[in-house]
Amino acid sequence: MNIVALFKLVPDLVEELEIDQNGTALNTDFLRLIINEFDDHAIEQAILLKERSGARVSVLGPDIEGADDVLYTAASKGADQVIKLTGDFQGKANNHAMARAVASTLKELQADLILTGVQANTDLDGSMGALLAEYLDMPYVGYVSGVNTVDGKVVARKEYPGGLVAEMEIKLPAVLGIQAAEQPPRYVAVSKVRQAMKTATIEERPLAEADLSGGSTIHRMFKPEAGTRAEMIEGSADEVAARLVGIFKEIGVL
Amino acid sequence: MPFRETFWNIPHWAEIGQYVLGLLTILVFAYGVFRRVKRWRMGKPEKRLDRIGERLWSVLVDAFGQVRTAQDAYAGIMHLTIFWGMVALFIGTALATVDWDVTHLFFGFQFLINGAYILYELILDIFGVLLLIGLGMAVYRRYFIRPSRLQSATAWQKALTQNFDRDDAYALVMLTLITLSGYFVEGLRIAVSKPEWAPWSPVGNALASWFIATGDPTNRTLHLTLWTIHILVAFVLIASIPFTKLFHILAAPLNIFFCTIQPAGTLIAARNDDQIGVKEWRDFSWKQLLDFEACVRCGRCQDNCPAFASGASLSPRNLIISLKTHLWDTSSGHKLHGDVISSKELWACTSCRACVQVCPVYVDHLASIIDMRRYLVNEGEVDALLQKTLANLGRYGNSFGQSERMRAKWTQPIQPVIKDARKEAVEYLWFVGDYASYHVMFSDITRKTAQVFQKADLNFGILYDAERNTGNDVRRVGEEGLFESLVEKNTAAMDKCKYNAIITTDPHSYNTLKNEYSANGNHRLVFHYTELLDQLIASGKLQFNRKLDYRVTYHDPCYLGRYNGIYDAPRRVIRALGCDLIEMPRHGDRAFCCGAGGGKIWMEEQPDVKERPAESRVREAAGMSGVSTLVTTCPKDLVMFRDAVKTAGLEEKILVKDLIELVHEAL
Amino acid sequence: MNQDIYVVIEHLRGQVADISYLMLVGARALAQTTGGEVIAVLLGHDAQGLANNMAANKVLYVDHPALAEFTSDAYQKTLAGLIREREPRAVLFASSSIGADVSGVLSARLNLPLISSCQSFSADGRPISQICGGKIMAESDLPDTTTLLTMIPGGYKPEEGQSGKAPEIIKMEAPSLDNLRVTLKQYIEPEAGDVDISKEPIIISVGRGIQNQDNIEIAEELAKALGGVVAASRPVVDQGWMSTSRLVGKSGKKVKPKIYLALGISGAPEHVEGMGESEVIIAINTDTNAPIFNVAKYGTTIDLFDLVPALTEKLREIKKA
Ligand SMILES: Cc1cc2nc3c(=O)[nH]c(=O)nc-3n(C[C@H](O)[C@H](O)[C@H](O)COP(=O)(O)OP(=O)(O)OC[C@H]3O[C@@H](n4cnc5c(N)ncnc54)[C@H](O)[C@@H]3O)c2cc1C
Ligand code: SF4
Ligand code: SF4
Repeated sequence: MNIVALFKLVPDLVEELEIDQNGTALNTDFLRLIINEFDDHAIEQAILLKERSGARVSVLGPDIEGADDVLYTAASKGADQVIKLTGDFQGKANNHAMARAVASTLKELQADLILTGVQANTDLDGSMGALLAEYLDMPYVGYVSGVNTVDGKVVARKEYPGGLVAEMEIKLPAVLGIQAAEQPPRYVAVSKVRQAMKTATIEERPLAEADLSGGSTIHRMFKPEAGTRAEMIEGSADEVAARLVGIFKEIGVL
Repeated sequence: MPFRETFWNIPHWAEIGQYVLGLLTILVFAYGVFRRVKRWRMGKPEKRLDRIGERLWSVLVDAFGQVRTAQDAYAGIMHLTIFWGMVALFIGTALATVDWDVTHLFFGFQFLINGAYILYELILDIFGVLLLIGLGMAVYRRYFIRPSRLQSATAWQKALTQNFDRDDAYALVMLTLITLSGYFVEGLRIAVSKPEWAPWSPVGNALASWFIATGDPTNRTLHLTLWTIHILVAFVLIASIPFTKLFHILAAPLNIFFCTIQPAGTLIAARNDDQIGVKEWRDFSWKQLLDFEACVRCGRCQDNCPAFASGASLSPRNLIISLKTHLWDTSSGHKLHGDVISSKELWACTSCRACVQVCPVYVDHLASIIDMRRYLVNEGEVDALLQKTLANLGRYGNSFGQSERMRAKWTQPIQPVIKDARKEAVEYLWFVGDYASYHVMFSDITRKTAQVFQKADLNFGILYDAERNTGNDVRRVGEEGLFESLVEKNTAAMDKCKYNAIITTDPHSYNTLKNEYSANGNHRLVFHYTELLDQLIASGKLQFNRKLDYRVTYHDPCYLGRYNGIYDAPRRVIRALGCDLIEMPRHGDRAFCCGAGGGKIWMEEQPDVKERPAESRVREAAGMSGVSTLVTTCPKDLVMFRDAVKTAGLEEKILVKDLIELVHEAL
Repeated sequence: MNQDIYVVIEHLRGQVADISYLMLVGARALAQTTGGEVIAVLLGHDAQGLANNMAANKVLYVDHPALAEFTSDAYQKTLAGLIREREPRAVLFASSSIGADVSGVLSARLNLPLISSCQSFSADGRPISQICGGKIMAESDLPDTTTLLTMIPGGYKPEEGQSGKAPEIIKMEAPSLDNLRVTLKQYIEPEAGDVDISKEPIIISVGRGIQNQDNIEIAEELAKALGGVVAASRPVVDQGWMSTSRLVGKSGKKVKPKIYLALGISGAPEHVEGMGESEVIIAINTDTNAPIFNVAKYGTTIDLFDLVPALTEKLREIKKA
């Protein structure tokens, strides 16, 4: 079985995010990009499947700063093939464009099962997985936290709020949006990654021309609020309690 | 003329038999030693032959002088009397043999005659008594006092073929037998031959008085019988040395000779071959295997181990015993990781170094613990919290997972602005460290440190966002690759700066910067801030306006004290402030670790912990009469102790302060 | 294309999710700018009753046994036909386990634009999305064609999406739902046992300010009145006053509730590590300089022993009313 795990790089939220001069995009000067945490889980889940029932695992992502690190890490975890897609990703590429472009590469790879993170913190036009599934004419199930393969099908644990889980049976080939791998992504020692840098080779494949249709056009971007310190509520115990009740109502828990 | 006919009453056949037996004994002994050495050599290679002079000196001091052994009074006296008693008797026997079988036989000349002989007899008799006293103390301790450090073999170890109890008893019984039979042989000889110089052998003479009445033929037979027993016991004892606990007679001096001679703060780098860290016993170096074999199971390491004291599953003694047992049990299929040593044990260690410091035979527990951790890290077997922290350290260069741009946020209110050492030359490059930079509890203290430096007119700067965690504890966690990458980044940043020396807030950073970061092969000049304050006070550059009349006690941080021997500088500073310094029972090189080191502060707490080391420590401090403040000089200590004061409910009794807070207050 | 706003109702095991009502409110706001109606789309089997309290102009109801429980394939097929045929101005989906499975696929299948994570609409009908973990808001243009949108909570109040008057329900024909590629095998219920604080939407957390074990009672009363659970900082757990499963922070659980009410917690980083991502943090701490106020959205320096009983009392009154 061929399993392909897809990843993308997203802004690290530990950093202060800035908006560019036009006010329609993030200022990329100070952006630190890290792997989308759900994609990291998707890679882990692919490796777990390989370890459990044997499979060939390919890991695939865009050629942006930081991608090599992700790919070498994946190789040291046990990925058989690591690929980066080369092309122009400057700013505009939305998930629709990426999904369309990646679809042809995935066909070449003859993927039976495609795993990708259920969402990413920059998604503005839906998640990669769902779009990709349709472009490849495969079924899609998201919010998955565990996968098993059984002859020609997969059984996925799909999560609903409150801890309810649905076991979904899905015909292959299929795309799954991973929320969490069965176990958190394993730690890869730095020396192992360095070793992989010597032994693994990152394949490069050109990405098809980007077609941006289906995405959104941003009119303006802004930060929700400036103040970091709490809004202090003054008054007597009763007054403060009344204000808190008001806040509970605003939030919608009453 | 006082002398002794060496083979008095010994028929010729017995004399010959003795030599045949002697030869056999030597063969068995040699085989036993060969077998052990062969096993050690199955370990990984390691060079241990540099600085021979220092090595020999250590052997002299701690193998022959037994200085470390003597640091524990009861065990020290006990072992010294046994050791020197045996040595004297051995030398005595050797002299007698030379006297009779060499000089007398070949040259017709004897030196054990007249006064020399009398002195010889007297000395041997006295040492024999000392030996018996030592053995008596040993029996009393092992079987009547029964200290816990001699008991706690794990069920696993007990179930193994090696029966330590029998081994321990064997050594005591044999040594006692050999001494007593020796005295009886002497007594019977005196009873029959009645030499006039007999009183010079007081013990033998006293025993002789029992036998005089028995009469001659019986006594002669008795003498021959006991002589035979004495000789047999002696040969069996010698032959058994390489097969029993007694092997430490050889292994201990060897282990001391081959000890780790570099500074305590320089960890041996991970061996760079296919196998990272220690997976199987053969991945240990030969020296580590020798470590396991040299252990005499004395339990001193266990007595001083904070992990053991806290109730965690780690006992350094049991760890070494397990490894030694495993070394001879390798065909049983037991796995080193899991069956022999659990990851829980390995992760319980705080790298405080107390065990290494007290081991009389120089076992380096830590080197082995960290080598095994290296394997676990390489396999990704780390707990979730540690994993996150390591990932943070890799990504952001700090354990807090915050942006490097926030590292110098604490400096914001400080005027004049602290120099950026990357932009201008400074005298001192201040390496602030993660806790002092990022922990909210500490930012105020870090600002005070800066103000004190400014007050002393120090020309200093910091690296701002180019500073990274130094990796001291990353390395001790076993993540050698990450350590290397942190070193590369810090070194690159420091190499761009012009400075004379480094100062650190954090003893952990201090340790690795001083002992493990080298600039073109030269170690950097590094000061802990307490050393610097001490100098500044001595030279009058730092003067105090206020005298603090607090009664305080001082906690020696492991990486300042045991690792780097800095005990006096902080104490001088405390006294210069006017404080009354009271020492806790565990101070100096016996200071009790706060439990944070070796990456412990980044790990999930183990559920078996009964009393956290930090709580034990603040209770100790709070128990000192009249002491109001526990002074530390390590940011991690401060965090741990302030937390422990709360959880132990001691807030009314004791305050925890960093030394710099007191210094700031006195300005 | 017409100017109506469709809302795909989300329900699970006979229960309509709150977000569905919230979307009806959002749809109303959007419909006011487009001049269309708000139309709820309900897919199910024998589920028509669920639509009765919806604040919508109409409800389109599709009934089919294959729609009894959610599966992505069946929903996609049904909705694809419906949207293609009716061409509404916009279709709102929840950004959830159900809505996200359907919206993306439909966007690709029907070649319609998709805008995700909308929290609200601007006065002129532009969707405002929350991205980058809530650190950035993005206001998008609404394309000139049927647009699919996924919505997150926070912008509207679900109560306003309910109405006492049952809307008109129009029954729709289901397409053929054979040969589905995805089927539901079974549901697995969450394990019973102590509450899992990491999944609770309302957490009342107590710190050392609570002083002793008996006082935890007042936090429990408050939790009962507000419908939340009690959690704790480490010193409280260490004292054995609460079980370790309730510990929040570095050595405990990480929680992201809607409301995190911190009672007498100083806000040490080890604690904040576990709760800093809560949606709304309210801190009650007598110390004005306590760092907890740097992460809290609201704060007060009133003594918790004065405030908490007063608050509990007020909440009880509301419940009674
Ligand atoms: C390695 C390590 C791991 C740790 N892990 C965790 C962890 O997982 N979780 C955790 O919580 N902590 C953890 N800690 C402990 C952490 O550092 C703090 O000590 C702890 O969070 C403090 O708890 P607290 O805020 O309840 O207590 P305090 O810091 O003592 O704060 C009590 C607060 O209550 C306020 N207060 C007092 N009386 C009143 C009143 N009547 N009304 C209102 N306010 C009042 C005070 O002003 C004060 O700010 C860890 C520490 C270490 C070193
Ligand atoms: S270094 Fe300290 S904690 Fe570790 S085994 Fe030795 S004494 Fe115990
Ligand atoms: S390792 Fe050293 S201190 Fe520990 S029991 Fe063995 S000999 Fe004693």
